[in-house]
Amino acid sequence: MTQLAELARLIRSKNAGPFELTFDIMFDDDATYQRVKNSGALTREVVATRYNLPVSDVKFFYCDHAYAIKASIPRPYFQGDPRDSDGHGGQQYAPLMDIEIK
Amino acid sequence: MTTDQDEIRVLAPTGVTGSGFLESSFERGLELKPHFIGADAGSTDPGPEFLGSGATAFPTAAIRRDLRLMMLGARRIKVPLLIGTAGTGGSNEQLENLAALAREIAAAEGLSFKLALIHAEQDKAYLKKRLREGRIKPLSPAPEFNEAVIDRSAHIVGMMGAEPWQRALNTGADIILAGRSSDTAIFAAMPVMRGYPEGISWHMAKILECGAASVVQRRTPDCMFAWVRKDHFVVEAPDATLRCTPQSIASHSLYENADPFKLVECSGTLDLTNSRYEALTDRAVKVTGSEFIKAPRYTVKLEGAEKAGYMSILIGSVRDPFIIRQIDDWTARVTEKIHARVKMVFGDKLNPSDYLLNIRIYGKNGTMGPLEPVKEIRSHELCLIFEATAPTQDIANTIAGVIRHQALHLPIPEWSGLITAIACPYNQMERGAVYKFNVNHVVEPDSPTEMFPMSLYEVNGSTVKEIQQ
Repeated sequence: MTQLAELARLIRSKNAGPFELTFDIMFDDDATYQRVKNSGALTREVVATRYNLPVSDVKFFYCDHAYAIKASIPRPYFQGDPRDSDGHGGQQYAPLMDIEIK
Repeated sequence: MTTDQDEIRVLAPTGVTGSGFLESSFERGLELKPHFIGADAGSTDPGPEFLGSGATAFPTAAIRRDLRLMMLGARRIKVPLLIGTAGTGGSNEQLENLAALAREIAAAEGLSFKLALIHAEQDKAYLKKRLREGRIKPLSPAPEFNEAVIDRSAHIVGMMGAEPWQRALNTGADIILAGRSSDTAIFAAMPVMRGYPEGISWHMAKILECGAASVVQRRTPDCMFAWVRKDHFVVEAPDATLRCTPQSIASHSLYENADPFKLVECSGTLDLTNSRYEALTDRAVKVTGSEFIKAPRYTVKLEGAEKAGYMSILIGSVRDPFIIRQIDDWTARVTEKIHARVKMVFGDKLNPSDYLLNIRIYGKNGTMGPLEPVKEIRSHELCLIFEATAPTQDIANTIAGVIRHQALHLPIPEWSGLITAIACPYNQMERGAVYKFNVNHVVEPDSPTEMFPMSLYEVNGSTVKEIQQ
């Protein structure tokens, strides 16, 4: 078992407009990407669980050409709301880092 | 031999006007004889305060530096310069500020050109009319949008598509400055107008609009160049040390998009499902297969910002393990005390719903708020930020003063006697007016240009004359 953060070239989060957050999990090569994709350990359901959201709130994509996996979720507060804590959405990815990959 | 009829060449000096680029890369880009130079000058990414207040996210001096080089370059090789989303938010005031900078540069450098300004700020009466007609529709997720929201808004802008740009290009304008625009529309306008496939044109635009962001390793904001041809486009960075690979270009459609394969524009959706990426050299990538699916109905996305109030904040930290272990209970108790004391100070003049008290706890969930999965606090100290957002700065300051006193001395059961519970590096501070985004909707206009009036000017150095259309 290896943690996702050790396999990925980059795990990042960012605003996708003021109302959504998006996560990119990017790999150096096709083999590592396929290993994670085929492991079944990183899915729409797993992202929903990690962020305590209903599965229907999570958009989830495999991007074969980019060797990347992507997920998007609604922001808990809109960007710039007085209660928003991360204006650029850049520090929301940590709960994905320790997903165990076979 | 490739001729001008076979391709459109595009130079994007930078991802955002004001973020900079290397002059050497720009010169190399000019040598490649672009048919136009394009850049955006804004985004929602820096937050609602810029659209709301009219300030720019990048300093004026930095915008002037980039704009001057772009104007000099475009005039030297006599091709159009297109700059969208003026002044970060793209309101009329922000467009006028950018136009003033351009006139100042023209005067200083003795430049002559035809200038087009495309306005994107929306008239409140127009929006109310479309709202009543049921022609303003929510996207997801969307805040409540009604006539009261329209009235409260500091500025509401429409995000223009390619057509207002094409109208300006058709007048023979040399420099086109616009309010809020889809970043991609700036770059897709000319190739689409000249009959190049929409899928190829819009996909090229999506890559170019971020400047050199799609290279393997960007060291600093810089230029990007594209060749649009009848069934593909090629992208390469003018700086010979920067490399594009199929993976780096394919990856770029992920950035700041919720869906990496389908990118919605006013006139349709760019579909990258069947895009193919091929290394042409070790620095250039050829893209084929991108499709554009026309929308049954043309829509223009709205962005709006309204004043959320005035904020004052207090920063304080906690080192006492007794307080740390009961921090949720402590903040609940201090919140109650603050509200009670505010009520004593203001009486009936201020209701609890008139102001917002927010407490951030760094060391617990300050970064992720409700998304934070870690519940246990392991830190030996916590940082608290107390925020009061109120209808006036004076009220916000008063509440912040109440916060300071209540938080300092809130008793805990473990100690008897007067305690001082938080360490403040300094006292409360004003943050001024704060804004929030208040619309995530689209308008269904009668025509793609009706929301984006254009004005034309003949600029000769320091002389500016409006051209009647």
